[in-house]
Amino acid sequence: MSITTFAIISIIKSIAVIFVLLTAVAYSVWLERKVSARIQNRWGPTRVGPFGLLQPLADGIKFIFKEDLTQPYVYKTLYIASPIIAVVFAITAISVIPFGNSITIGSITTPLQITDLNIGLLVVLGITSMGVYGVALAGWSSNSKYSLLGGLRASAQMISYEISLGLSLIPVLILAGSFSLRDIVNSQRHLHWNFFYIPFGTIAFFIYLISAYAETNRTPFDLPEAESELVAGYHTEYSAMKFAMFFMAEYANMVTVACLSTLLFFGGWLGPVFGPPIVQSLLPVLWFCLKVFFFMFLYVWVRWTLPRFRYDQLMAFGWKVLLPMAIANLVATALVVAWRA
Amino acid sequence: MLHLTLFLFFGAICVAGAVNLLVQRHPINSALSLVAVMASLAAEYLLLGAEFVAAVQVIVYAGAIMVLFVFTIMLLNAGEEERSKGSRVAILLGIPGVAIGGVLVAWTLLRHSNTAAVPMFALPGDPRAIARLLFHDFLLPFEVTSILILIAIMGAVVLASKPEAVARGPKRED
Repeated sequence: MSITTFAIISIIKSIAVIFVLLTAVAYSVWLERKVSARIQNRWGPTRVGPFGLLQPLADGIKFIFKEDLTQPYVYKTLYIASPIIAVVFAITAISVIPFGNSITIGSITTPLQITDLNIGLLVVLGITSMGVYGVALAGWSSNSKYSLLGGLRASAQMISYEISLGLSLIPVLILAGSFSLRDIVNSQRHLHWNFFYIPFGTIAFFIYLISAYAETNRTPFDLPEAESELVAGYHTEYSAMKFAMFFMAEYANMVTVACLSTLLFFGGWLGPVFGPPIVQSLLPVLWFCLKVFFFMFLYVWVRWTLPRFRYDQLMAFGWKVLLPMAIANLVATALVVAWRA
Repeated sequence: MLHLTLFLFFGAICVAGAVNLLVQRHPINSALSLVAVMASLAAEYLLLGAEFVAAVQVIVYAGAIMVLFVFTIMLLNAGEEERSKGSRVAILLGIPGVAIGGVLVAWTLLRHSNTAAVPMFALPGDPRAIARLLFHDFLLPFEVTSILILIAIMGAVVLASKPEAVARGPKRED
C-alpha cells in the first residue's frame, strides 16, 4: 500500500470513527434521559422528533447559543484549556479500539480500526490517565471552593481506582499473552470469553467494571460532581459550550469503557457470522455495537438504581477491598496459567 | 527525514518545557511544564522504537506522578513565588560548574565522534523482549529493586503516621 493510499484511508477512518463516536455520545445522553425517565415512571424527552430522537440536536443548538460566561476571578488560560484537554483525551482514546475484523473494498483490505498497535491497551490507559488533568485543572482554575473540592476529589479518586483498574486488566493480558486489543479478542474465539473464565476472569471483570465507573465519575462514585454537596463539582463555573465539552468528555469516556469491557471480557466483535461476504464483514461490527450498547445501558441502569457512596467509603473501598482483591486475583490467575502451561 | 524532524520537534518541546518550568512563578504552571517534558520524552522514546517504555512513561510519570504533584499544589493552595535576586554562591559556583560540565560533554562527544551509533530499532523495545529481560535475565536485581521500593514505601508510611499519643487526640489538661 502506498503512503498516499494509507494516508487517505487513515483520514477517512478517523473522520468516520470520530463522527460515529460523537453521535454515540449524543445518543447516550438521549438514552440516559429516556431510561432514567422510564425507571422513574416518566416519559422523558418526547417533544422533539419521534420519541424525542432529535433532542440531542436541540440540546446542541441550545449549548451553542447559551451565553458563554467567564468569571472575572478565574485563571483564564487553564480555565479555557481544561475542557479542551478533557474532550481531546476522551476522543483520542478511541483511536486504537478495533470494531471488527477487516473490510475489503475493491483491492484494498483494511482493519476496522484507526490504528493497530502492539501496545494498544497501554495506549488507552495512558490517554485516559492524562484525561484527569482536564477535571483537576478545571476545579483549580475556576477559583471557587465547590470547583476546587470537586477537582481534588476527582484527582484523588481517579488515581486510587486507576491502580485496581490496571491490576484487574493484567489477568486478561496473561490469558491473551499480548497488549494488542486485536490479539486479545482473537484469543477469545469459540466463546472462550474472558468473562467465562471462572472464577478469575469473572472477578477481574467486576473489579474492572467497578473501577471504571469510579474512573469515569459515574454514580455510585460521582463524588466529584455530587450536586447535593458541591453544586456541580468541578464544572460549577462553566457554561455553554465549555460545559458541553465536559459533558461530551464524560460520555466519550463511558463509550471507551464500554468498548474496553466488550473487547477484553466479552469477545469484542466475535459472534455468529453467516451470509454473503459484505454481511460477513459487517455482522461482527453489529455484535460489537450490541455489546457496547448493553454496557452503556448498564451504566444508566446502575446510575438510577444505586445511591452515591460517602467519600471515606469510596476511598476505603478502593484501597482496602478492591486493590487487595485485584492483586489476589492477579496472583491466582498467574499461578493457574503457569501450572497449566 | 520525517523521523529526524519529529525527533527534533519533540526535543525542542522538551527543552522549552524544562526552561519554562524554571522560569514560571506559579507552581501549577511549573508542574504543567513538567508534564509537557514527560510527554515529549515519551514521544522521543516512541520515535526510538521503545514503545513499551513510552507507554509506561505516559502512564506512570505524566498520568500518575504528575497528577499527584498537581493534586498537592491544589491541596496546599500554593501561591505565586517571589522572584529573588539569586544567591552569590549559586553565581560563583553554578556558572563555572555549568561551563565545565558543558565543555566536558562537548569534549567527550567530539573525541568519540567516530564511534558507530546503535542503529534504529536494533535494541529490543517491544513488551515481550522487555518482559524477557526483566523476568528472566535480570530477575534477581528486578525483585531486589521492588523490595527496596516496598521498604521505601513502608518507611514513608512510618514517617508520615503520627505518634500514638497524638493520634489518640489532644491530652486533657485539668
